[in-house]
Amino acid sequence: MEVKQISVFLENRNGQLKEVTKILADNNIDIEALNIAETAEYGIVRLIVDNVQKAIDALIGDGFIISVNPVTVCNVPNVVGSLNRVLDKIAEANINIEYMYSIFGGKNAESKMVFKSDDPDLLKKVIG
Amino acid sequence: MEKYYQKELETMPREELKKLQSEKLVKQVRHAWDNCPDYRKKMEEAGLTPDDIKGIEDLHKLPFTSKDDLRDNYPFAMLAKPLADCVRIHSTSGTTGKRVIAYYTADDIRMWDECCARSLAAAGATREDMVQVSYGYGLFTGGAGFHGGSHLLGSTTIPMSSGNTDRQLQFMVDLGTTVLCCTPSYAAYLGETIKEKGIKNDIKLKAGIFGAEAWSEEMRRDIQEALGIKAYDIYGLTELSGPGVAYECSAQSGMHVNEDHFIAEIVDPETFEPLPAGSKGELVFTSLDKEAMPIIRYRTKDICVLSDEKCSCGRTFIKMAKPMGRSDDMLIIKGVNVFPSQIETVLLNNGYQANYQIIVDRVKNTDTFDINVELTPDKFTGNLGDISKKEKELVLALKSMLGIMANVHLVPPKSIARSEGKAVRIIDNRKI
Ligand SMILES: [Zn+2]
Repeated sequence: MEVKQISVFLENRNGQLKEVTKILADNNIDIEALNIAETAEYGIVRLIVDNVQKAIDALIGDGFIISVNPVTVCNVPNVVGSLNRVLDKIAEANINIEYMYSIFGGKNAESKMVFKSDDPDLLKKVIG
Repeated sequence: MEKYYQKELETMPREELKKLQSEKLVKQVRHAWDNCPDYRKKMEEAGLTPDDIKGIEDLHKLPFTSKDDLRDNYPFAMLAKPLADCVRIHSTSGTTGKRVIAYYTADDIRMWDECCARSLAAAGATREDMVQVSYGYGLFTGGAGFHGGSHLLGSTTIPMSSGNTDRQLQFMVDLGTTVLCCTPSYAAYLGETIKEKGIKNDIKLKAGIFGAEAWSEEMRRDIQEALGIKAYDIYGLTELSGPGVAYECSAQSGMHVNEDHFIAEIVDPETFEPLPAGSKGELVFTSLDKEAMPIIRYRTKDICVLSDEKCSCGRTFIKMAKPMGRSDDMLIIKGVNVFPSQIETVLLNNGYQANYQIIVDRVKNTDTFDINVELTPDKFTGNLGDISKKEKELVLALKSMLGIMANVHLVPPKSIARSEGKAVRIIDNRKI
């Protein structure tokens, strides 16, 4: 499944992430997945939300720098070796993954993986 | 073949030129003393009378004139001729306080137009050329100066003024404009638009004269490529006349000062002592022919270098380098002079906005130099590696402009502290 992920550029200091979550809460937007990549100086918060356009408007309206990218989400059954099988398929198709992260606690206790690749269309075909 | 507008003056042997300057300086000082109470008062305070100024060797004795002096005398007190003899005024933008009004007699206009005609000729323009003047017309001197220069030279003048890009390009294509005069940033914008519209082959431009704002060699290359022209620099100040105080020749390696009309000096920005050619310091100008508003040792606050090396174009006038910045915001970091304007130029040339902050400190007797730059939305890809890559690009671009390394940090927009809406540019934590 392909979804739109919002990345927000943040300074790495106290309270910055809370500003983002507050804007989303104030606009009644549900966060389905959240991941943070950071260095000592700045961070990028990656979000998957239920109402992408509303979140984009709210964040830009508040002066945040954001980028919207397609990512591929795939179910990973809670069984030994299932993630390995997914990664095998990706490697076979020669798709370059820039980063990935997992979402736990889905409705049927199944995990999901989020992949950011250089070829989302192909990735969708392979694991989608 | 190098083209000149007034070859005899522009290539005059330096000994003769110095004699001419001396004769004119004596007269100009006498004129200022006789007609401007402010100049007379300052000379009296320095214990001088016009008799003490016998030639250019006495120039250094004269008191300086600052922009504040001109502002304080707003609107009429610097006038050295009856208003009836003035045929026109221009004015500075006055963004930082009172405006400076510049007055011109008919001869002052003639001198200024000649300076601009020299610039156009040096860029290769002749009476066969179509000159599009896309500087603003009005109180600003850009439009009027080139308009007059082009007219004197006998080129066909298109008085476009600034803005309305579609119309600019339509005239350029339909009339076959060969010489463009505008600000470098507008030239770059026209270049981009021409590329977007895919009309480069319909453009017949061969040269452009770009001034009134800071631009880099890198920008020159980009403009030359985008427009398929040679791009020439020009320098001027409303206080002195307008564009054309100094102009670039085919060598494109500095601007020849019109020394038969203006004397250029470089002085130490701290002690105000005159410095020899080749030294970096504050540029000071003295007018030699101005009737309505003589200007004696005017401190431009531009930091610059003069070169008296022989130029391949045959002109004997001294050359000034592109100003490196303003004397009032110079920083010395690791022994190197750094100007915020240089940093601004690099940022703008690399597609950033001029929202930055310089942080200087001293750790273990060594200066540290950090620059925070606000990231712009179009540069954010969402990828962490791209950010450090962009930081490294800026470090290299700044190193080639400044000669020293700065640590560059990209930061979110509006994260740089602002005071009264303007970003605080410099934080110097050194305790010296
Ligand atoms: Zn030359």
